[in-house]
Amino acid sequence: MEAQLQQLKEEALQKIEASQNVKELNDVRVAYLGKKGPITDLLKGMGKLPAEERPKMGALVNVVREEVTEVLEARMTLLQEQAIQAQLEKESLDVTLPGRPVKTGNHHPLTRVVEEIEDLFISMGYEIAEGPEVEKDYYNFEALNLPKGHPARDMQDSFYISEDILLRTHTSPVQARTMEAKEGKPIKIICPGKVYRRDNDDATHSHQFTQIEGLVIGENIRMSDLKGTLSVFAKKMFGEDREIRLRPSFFPFTEPSVEMDISCFKCGGSGCNVCKKTGWIEILGAGMVHPNVLEMAGYDSKKLSGFAFGMGPERIAMLKYGVEDIRHFYTNDVRFLSQFHRTEV
Amino acid sequence: MLVSTKWLAEYVNTQGLDPKDLGEKITRSGIEVDAVIDRTQGMTNVVVGYVKECVKHPEADKLNICQVDVGEETTQIICGAPNVAEGQKVIVARPGAVLPGGIKIKKAKLRGEESNGMICSLQELGIEGRLVPKAYAEGIYVLPETAVPGESALPLLGLDDTILELGLTPNRSDALSMLGVAYEVGAILSEDMKYPEATYTESDEKASDYLSLRVDAIEENPMYVAKVVKNVQIKESPLWLQHRLMAAGVRPHNNVVDITNYVLMEYGQPLHAFDYDRLETKELVIRLANEGEKIVTLDDQERTLKSNNLVITNGKEPVAIAGVMGGANSEVHDGTTTVAIESAYFAGGSVRQTSKDQNLRSDASARFEKGVDPNRVILAAERAASLLAELAGGEVLAGSVVVDELDKTPVEVVVSPDFINNRLGMKISLEDMTSILTRLKFDHQAANGYLYINAPTRRQDIKIPEDIVEEIARMYGYDEIPMTLPVEESKPGGLTSYQAKRRQVRAYLEGAGLYQAITYSLTSKEMSQKFALETAPVTELLMPMSEERSTLRQSLIPHLLDAVSYNTARQADTVALYEVGSVFLGETESGLPHEQEHLAAVIAGKWVDHSWQGEKKAVDFFVLKGIIEGLMELLGHSKELTFERAVVEGLHPGRTASIKLAGEGIGLIGQLHPSEQKVRDLKDTYVVELNLAKVLNKEVEALYYAPVSKFPSITRDIALVVDSEKAAGELQAIIQLSGGRLLKAVHLFDLYEGEKMEPGKKSVAFSLTYFDPERTLTDEEVVNAHNKVLKALAEQAGAELRG
Repeated sequence: MEAQLQQLKEEALQKIEASQNVKELNDVRVAYLGKKGPITDLLKGMGKLPAEERPKMGALVNVVREEVTEVLEARMTLLQEQAIQAQLEKESLDVTLPGRPVKTGNHHPLTRVVEEIEDLFISMGYEIAEGPEVEKDYYNFEALNLPKGHPARDMQDSFYISEDILLRTHTSPVQARTMEAKEGKPIKIICPGKVYRRDNDDATHSHQFTQIEGLVIGENIRMSDLKGTLSVFAKKMFGEDREIRLRPSFFPFTEPSVEMDISCFKCGGSGCNVCKKTGWIEILGAGMVHPNVLEMAGYDSKKLSGFAFGMGPERIAMLKYGVEDIRHFYTNDVRFLSQFHRTEV
Repeated sequence: MLVSTKWLAEYVNTQGLDPKDLGEKITRSGIEVDAVIDRTQGMTNVVVGYVKECVKHPEADKLNICQVDVGEETTQIICGAPNVAEGQKVIVARPGAVLPGGIKIKKAKLRGEESNGMICSLQELGIEGRLVPKAYAEGIYVLPETAVPGESALPLLGLDDTILELGLTPNRSDALSMLGVAYEVGAILSEDMKYPEATYTESDEKASDYLSLRVDAIEENPMYVAKVVKNVQIKESPLWLQHRLMAAGVRPHNNVVDITNYVLMEYGQPLHAFDYDRLETKELVIRLANEGEKIVTLDDQERTLKSNNLVITNGKEPVAIAGVMGGANSEVHDGTTTVAIESAYFAGGSVRQTSKDQNLRSDASARFEKGVDPNRVILAAERAASLLAELAGGEVLAGSVVVDELDKTPVEVVVSPDFINNRLGMKISLEDMTSILTRLKFDHQAANGYLYINAPTRRQDIKIPEDIVEEIARMYGYDEIPMTLPVEESKPGGLTSYQAKRRQVRAYLEGAGLYQAITYSLTSKEMSQKFALETAPVTELLMPMSEERSTLRQSLIPHLLDAVSYNTARQADTVALYEVGSVFLGETESGLPHEQEHLAAVIAGKWVDHSWQGEKKAVDFFVLKGIIEGLMELLGHSKELTFERAVVEGLHPGRTASIKLAGEGIGLIGQLHPSEQKVRDLKDTYVVELNLAKVLNKEVEALYYAPVSKFPSITRDIALVVDSEKAAGELQAIIQLSGGRLLKAVHLFDLYEGEKMEPGKKSVAFSLTYFDPERTLTDEEVVNAHNKVLKALAEQAGAELRG
């Protein structure tokens, strides 16, 4: 019987060694260690042995059984690992294949610029005011100190609908309307929007374009406040090390009136093609609200003062992104629009 | 305004400043210098030559062989100009000379004859053709006899000069004259002025004996001065005067005309010279024109006058359009001997109107429109008289004929130094302020804490205290203003709810794959109403620049379709665009059109394109519909949203729906009509337009959380056989209405029309979810509810369960 046991063991170990996969090994397990297997049979057959041999034999069978089980488990672990390995190999991907595209669109570059400006001024306590694109002559011109026959009206040849109605030539009528509505109370607004002028479309002119203006009215608003505000704007939009300078200019609705230049963001002021070798780039017009404008809207120009500024998002986008032709903004070429996808913050 | 720095230096010491630096100073303190133009343009080796001999080239008809004395030698030059002649002093570019545009002059042989240089025209020296005197327009320029051969020709021609081109804002019309610029430069540099001289001997005869004057339109013409000068000799002006005019952008004609133009440039006061004899009547009457009255102006155009156009007449007929242009009938010509010089003040508005009516602008009208200095009317007349005496040998008659009702009192501005400092946020001392006013030559006094200023009449832009604030600030230097931020009650800024929602709409659409487009509001009349959501009168421009941009749009779709065409024609395989913008409908009470903010989108081409995994799908109706459904869900309106079949011109009749919120129309969606697609050369293109304002202004229920239930839901799927015509939405509505409170969701998951179906029938399958948040449902409850649904479907839609 002992010899029989040894033979069984040899056989089992051979079969374990020979099994090539988990299934074959499981078959070996069932064949040798299962309830109907020969080892179990041997145990069952112990009843026929003399009583004094039984414990010795029992121990021997158990030793063989444990030995076989141990070898089988080890083989099992190995085969399982091999199986996983094989599966992984089979499932491996060419990770360089392109991913499933997530197609998203993006803001128009002008909206991108406008929202950036809006958000900056919102953080400084401004609200966004909007108004109609078709305006009354009164709000577009007269309320802004541009009476009929004023020479400055030539500066912005307009599209009239009737004698008194026109496509607004700037977003300033929103200021006039806001002032009228606020009835003498302080104001802090940003007005973005579309405007229209009688220009033939070319690389630098567009009969439709956008403007964004700011207006602050309060007690003792000073020109230094305007300068400080514009400096914050210039640094935020064009970089922390931007400097600004003001130059005298003329707008009928402000007095004094200035134009603001920023130090060139490309060359830093040493002169390049962006700043036309001057080191400075003209960005916007601004000034202290003309007393006539305040008075016409019912503000006491002796008690309250204000500043206003206005700029063209097209110009800012052209400078910032190097766009050379204003018509790109209105052609809606996807090859152009899709270049404004990524974040910049 | 073109300012010759050499000419300018006659009136003010420019301290030998480099013209560039001078330009920079002018720009920083008030007037933008657009360009600094070096008139030498790098020219060298251009000298005076004397044509000693000039014979025809034996081999070429049009060429002349000239022997030219160029100072150090006499040299042979071949010249093709028709006006070259023996005895002329000419401009010679010597071999080695460089002319504008980098042209290098070399020795050459022309048809076998040696040519050592070039005899030049003014154009070849960089002077614009329109400025070259007519006599020399087609050939070389002939210098005065006094020119010395061999000397550089550039100073003689005033080309050793630098021009400052001023970009003047409308308020600074005072700088439309050399004197005006000199005042400005004098203030900047703290330099005194030197005024032009006007001295002449008057003859015994009086101007008033020669000419009578009457003004019948005193409002339009409050001041008129005429001087009469006899025995003038019409000839070329001296070279210095000619080249100053050319530097200022004016073409020289003859001495009389040149003098009026010179004084115009010097004083900013337009003058006009009449041929006295050609006036015939010895009378000037200034009046408004008769409607339809005609005059031929100096440019040989016949012009029909309007009744509000001011004219100078000889008492019978117009001889000039006041302040705009003279008449041909009284023009100074070679035989003129007596001239009447007009110096007047014409009201700006009147000149602007006339200039606009006649579509005629001149150096004169540009100045009158903006207002000339009332105190220079007489000064300019006298300056012209003195130049006529000096340069035309004229005899100036005593006195002038004058009508003068012009108010010349200066405007008084009273302002306190505190006001100035408060407005600027600065602390400029009173001394500094008065010093600036002195430099500006503003008559002023400081008393009782105020500055009393009499603004000079040349500076018509100075009227109110704020104007003084600006003068002080710009002269003190804007760089000196500190930087502060407004000090005020602190209030949070922000977007309105509408503005915030609109930003979310944009972000959503872009997340869904659409690019934001911005198109033009103006379109053609034909396109303006296409795809409009409502019928309303259109808004048209009075004077459009083109038919293409004549009318305001009532829908955003047409221009978006143009963008699709544009991109498709450039090989874009997918175009997905949206736009948020206003449309313009009818007219409101205020007279303005009703502006409505709309949202539109267009999609064409591929929607899914992941080819290597075999996923590819063209856009279709349901892609766009899904985007709109998602948008309405975002905005909290998905429960109220319905789509109904609709017919819209230009859209596919079977693939178009109106979009409604709670039964109210808010938009349309559909496929572009195949014939429209063909015209535009497009593949299947889908469009949608919504009245965004209406959607965003619609009330939304507050967002409130519903507890997430612990109890399971039960799902039952049904496949229904219905008539092919039956709308799925109708079936869904029946299910929802009949399902009772336990029915929580209905989801269409299959649609089949085909061989396996009876003709005229289709199968629609829904998945119904029953659920009670309070407990687990029993089978019985679900069966009851579900049976009600099936019954309703059978009764109301003739739907049978598919076997």
